[in-house]
Amino acid sequence: MKEISLSSPLPWQEKSSEQKGRSLWQDALHRLAKDKVAMVSFVVIVFYLILAALSKLGIIFSNFDLVNNEIAYQSPSWEHWLGTDLFGRDVLARAAHGTVTSLTVGFAGTGLSMVIGTVLGALAGYFGGKMDEAIVWFYTTIDTVPYILLVIAFSMVIGSGLNTICLVIGLTFWVNHCRVMRAEFMKHRDREYVQSAVSLGASHLRRIFIHILPNVSHLVLINFSLGVVTAIMSEVMLSYLGLGVEPGVPSWGMMISDAKLELSRQVWWGLAGATGFMFFLVLSLILFNDALRDALDPKLKNK
Amino acid sequence: MFKYIFRRTIYMVPILFGVTLLTFTLFHVVGGDPAVLAAGKHATPEQIELIRQSLGLNRPLYVQYFQFLHQIFTLDFGRSWSSRQNIWTMFTQGVGPSLSLTLPAFLIAEVLTISLALLLARWRDSLFDRVTKITCLAMLSLSSLVYILWGQYVLAYKWDIFPISGWDPSWAGRWEFLGLPIVIFVLLSLGSNILFFRTVFLDEIYHDYVRTARAKGLNESGILFKHVLRNAMIPIITRVVQEMPFLILGSLLLESFFGIPGIGGLVVLAIQNADFPVIKAMTFLSAVLYMIFQLISDVLYAVVDPKIQLR
Repeated sequence: MKEISLSSPLPWQEKSSEQKGRSLWQDALHRLAKDKVAMVSFVVIVFYLILAALSKLGIIFSNFDLVNNEIAYQSPSWEHWLGTDLFGRDVLARAAHGTVTSLTVGFAGTGLSMVIGTVLGALAGYFGGKMDEAIVWFYTTIDTVPYILLVIAFSMVIGSGLNTICLVIGLTFWVNHCRVMRAEFMKHRDREYVQSAVSLGASHLRRIFIHILPNVSHLVLINFSLGVVTAIMSEVMLSYLGLGVEPGVPSWGMMISDAKLELSRQVWWGLAGATGFMFFLVLSLILFNDALRDALDPKLKNK
Repeated sequence: MFKYIFRRTIYMVPILFGVTLLTFTLFHVVGGDPAVLAAGKHATPEQIELIRQSLGLNRPLYVQYFQFLHQIFTLDFGRSWSSRQNIWTMFTQGVGPSLSLTLPAFLIAEVLTISLALLLARWRDSLFDRVTKITCLAMLSLSSLVYILWGQYVLAYKWDIFPISGWDPSWAGRWEFLGLPIVIFVLLSLGSNILFFRTVFLDEIYHDYVRTARAKGLNESGILFKHVLRNAMIPIITRVVQEMPFLILGSLLLESFFGIPGIGGLVVLAIQNADFPVIKAMTFLSAVLYMIFQLISDVLYAVVDPKIQLR
């Protein structure tokens, strides 16, 4: 047997100073920072967040609800960069305010679904047995109904409106995330660090939420950023079906749905405005999600 | 084989039970009072009470649940609130038009995207590969409504290549109206399909058998189309079969935009009329379709891959 003298550094301690003590998250941040596409898409997402915040606070585009029937359906001009809609409202301002709606639906709806998915997945994977069977039965049942019909059925019985859309997306979108969480918790529950937590007297809840959850939280983040895209898309679909936000609330879905009538009058700027705003946000979210997945799961990338 | 199918069918029972509970809870417990909705805005309390009785809504919930189960077993889902038609008849009549849109479009899209993805895998990391990948991501970032609106406005209205919308019940006449929806359907599936199949092929390409084939001196294209394609059949079949229920259900947006009297258009109409029984039946039927095709895909695995044994 090869002898290892204790005075010299052990093989696994021979790390370069740069690598020393970097956590998974720091590692991922490092990788993300080097990824140009990720950085650009991140900047775009932050830009949208600022745009939404400033619009919501009424600092910019406060004229979004200003009705002026005399200038209905004006084509783009210096005064109204993206023209006006049926009520003479500025399309650019409404599209900017649509960001608020989309991000609310995206973040609140997906946030709720992540909470449901994580908690149910954790309980199923961690406890196993009857609890697992019940939860698996529950999500298989929900998964059996095609997503679009599920969303429609939920919206029809609960009603429409911004808050309801968030609720509906929260209640329907958690299944995939729950499945992932369940598998992860099954893998983690017998690992050494959890066993040592047991020997220290940690309760079940403590083991689930304090010990295991931080080790699988990167998956929550990945699924969350993917969910935001689906939520934003669902809002557009629901708006067209008449299950969207309250009338008057600026939303890209409503603007795109209205284009069905507007296009027959050669009014294309409403559609163009909403589509353009949505395109860059969704594309950035998709690209950022991709980069996030690569950064947090380096094993996948090296394959 | 038959033993396996039988056992899988038994497994489906608890899920089916779950789906009945889910739809029942949604539409009878959460959904408020359907009688108020069915009666319309200007109904008097007496009228609502009358409707409640005729719909059987004044009975206890468990009785209503058994009525719902009875409906399912007899395939008699009652009548639509708005059109007064039998829902099962509406469904069976809608399948034809829906399939005549989705089936050809689906076949075109699959063949096109699988071949394209193979080419991308052949020249992976080339400029062609990267440009296509970015285009696919960009296509995914647009709402499907935008494609439909653009197609209808530019291709039908401005350039007059296709009729704007319409339907001819005869088999020969309907293709004129199906052209544009089929084009848009294919466009809509390009992005996600190409990215998915590309990943499937790239996952396959680093396996040992590919290296062996290369070492034998086979050319890269031959390896891709013969060896890799065959070995990638399982994920391809999974995806294709999972799409099948949606083919029967049609496309909600395309059918409602182009006036195709399929199931998708039916659902959109039912949403606009708050037609609860139709949506309830469709939710349930789509779940059943999904389960049936799940079973079919499991059986197909064994046909394609002899390593998988059905037991």
